[in-house]
Amino acid sequence: MDRFEYIEARLFEGENYLKREKNVKIYDGDDKTQYVDGEVVLTTHRILWGKPGDIPKGLTCLSLPLYYVFCLEEESGGVFGLGGPKRIILHLGPALPGKRPGPAVVSPYHFVKFSFKDGIDPLFYKALSDAVNAKAWERSTPLTSPSSESAVTSSRPPVAPVNSKIRSGIVGIERSIEEQHRATDESISVAFQDLRKLMEKAKEMVSISKTISAKIREKQGDISEDDTVRFKSYLMSLGIDDPVTRDTFRSDSDYYVGLAQQISDMMVAVLMDCGGIMSLADVWCRVNRARGLELISPEDLLNACKLLQTIGAPMSLRKFPSGACVLQLNSQRDEEVARSTSQLREENGTLTPVKLSQLANVSVLLARERLFTTERLGLACRDESIEGLAFYPNLFLTKA
Amino acid sequence: MRRRAGVGAIQKQKLEQEKYREKGSEIQENQFQQMSKQLEVFRENLEEFATKHKNEIKKNAQFRRQFQEMCAAIGVDPLASGKGFWSVLGIGDFYYELGVQIVEVCLATNYKNGGLITLDELRSRLVAARGRAKKHQDITNEDLLAAVKKLRIFGNGFTVINIGKGKWLVQSVPGELNLDQTLVLQKANTLGTAWISSSILTGDLGWNETRAQNALNYMVKEGLAWIDTQDSTETLYWFPSMFAECVSA
Repeated sequence: MDRFEYIEARLFEGENYLKREKNVKIYDGDDKTQYVDGEVVLTTHRILWGKPGDIPKGLTCLSLPLYYVFCLEEESGGVFGLGGPKRIILHLGPALPGKRPGPAVVSPYHFVKFSFKDGIDPLFYKALSDAVNAKAWERSTPLTSPSSESAVTSSRPPVAPVNSKIRSGIVGIERSIEEQHRATDESISVAFQDLRKLMEKAKEMVSISKTISAKIREKQGDISEDDTVRFKSYLMSLGIDDPVTRDTFRSDSDYYVGLAQQISDMMVAVLMDCGGIMSLADVWCRVNRARGLELISPEDLLNACKLLQTIGAPMSLRKFPSGACVLQLNSQRDEEVARSTSQLREENGTLTPVKLSQLANVSVLLARERLFTTERLGLACRDESIEGLAFYPNLFLTKA
Repeated sequence: MRRRAGVGAIQKQKLEQEKYREKGSEIQENQFQQMSKQLEVFRENLEEFATKHKNEIKKNAQFRRQFQEMCAAIGVDPLASGKGFWSVLGIGDFYYELGVQIVEVCLATNYKNGGLITLDELRSRLVAARGRAKKHQDITNEDLLAAVKKLRIFGNGFTVINIGKGKWLVQSVPGELNLDQTLVLQKANTLGTAWISSSILTGDLGWNETRAQNALNYMVKEGLAWIDTQDSTETLYWFPSMFAECVSA
């Protein structure tokens, strides 16, 4: 079952419709599957299975490429052999790497059965075995672009069918993989001839690049051993679709408002992930990486961040006494901080900056500042001793 | 063809399956090599296009997005402007691009250096990640310093410290966000000694000398640690906040 792929029911180039059957059930080896009462379409390259009516509409169906099939047989009917054979057993070669996702990732079986409610039509069986033997897929290159395909066919004399017929199962598979690689190589080199070509084929190239990097990741963990390259590729993958640019706004202030909105949208999730606070230099780097080639200057970022509060964003700019600028979520605002800190204090009896820093996983400096904030809002009292600074509950609030 | 029966058939079938598996992994290995080759081709081409056609790519919104996706998948930096005539005057994207790349290197490495990196290391990492082309190798420390200067308006969260002899240290994490002191205290806590030394930090946490000394000095300055020079080998740092716990333990 792991050889099946999900795919829209459309014929590839060079693929031809052969035969159709109704009321067909699929078995994964000897096990029943959920795929019952379906419709089967046999083509020169594949067997398609879909719910009745799905295949003619071009909806998603299951597809089993015939190059997996290396032999087929009819299973004899019930105990008494009544009604003739009802099932065809297809013995399959190993699942190829790089196949599309299908209904099963692994299967313990190396064969599947198609069960025909109304018995096997001898014509269907014959068409199937002819198609498997004809190996139509060895004569076409699946991934080539129209332009390069015509070049290939014209430059290369048609392969003698006799020649390709001799090739059996695995050699055929290997050859088809090789062809696929060659075709991909070719389409890459065509696409990168000049910018116009690349733009035309951009969609295809994006998907090729993703396949390549997915394959490489699968094999060696990541596309590069360089920390920076990995981080870069991560940052860029969080791209902004339509970066705000100065040209689209009439005035600078409108531009900054638009920019602030975009920054806020983009940074909310990031800030939540990293504790609600981030230095402005980090923000600048991330925002620009997401924007791609439309860089903004540090000044623009600063100006936009100053407006965050006025547009009601869930974050704001903050300057520490040391002079460092950060972007922080509003949950880090004084009242919130005091509330959460005094709650932690209640749970622990007393709090020192050191202890809070460990509890909240923030720096000691920030922890101390949070305690000062809490104190200023009357939710804690300090005790300064030789052992350092500690904070106790403010009993004036509760006991007075 | 009828199904075969018997032990012999089962063994034969097993053998066959074994062979298929071998063949399968061989095919996979082959495919991986092909993919690596294609990755290289992609990388070279994307790098070249990023340099040559930046403005055209910028103009077409849909393609810009696709180009970025490709760069992200392959790990190519689309920011690859050269130092042109205008960049001398501080116009153009060159220094901004460098700035983004500088912060990126710092972010990518601060899990192991705590946000402190020498300018030389920064440069070699940046150049390596930028691409293979010759002009990237020409980026100098002075270029980097000029780029960092543009980040000054963010306050002193991102600073360059001159440590003499033409050496510079880039500090990318402001004190407020620096968790090193927390780590130092945690270490002392697990040791249960109420004191710690620079050699423990370098040995156990894998920090370098500068990072350890920086954190300790800062804690002394903030009154979190006391200095003890009685030990003959090195200076010890005591944490008064842990005295009580150690006495009672």
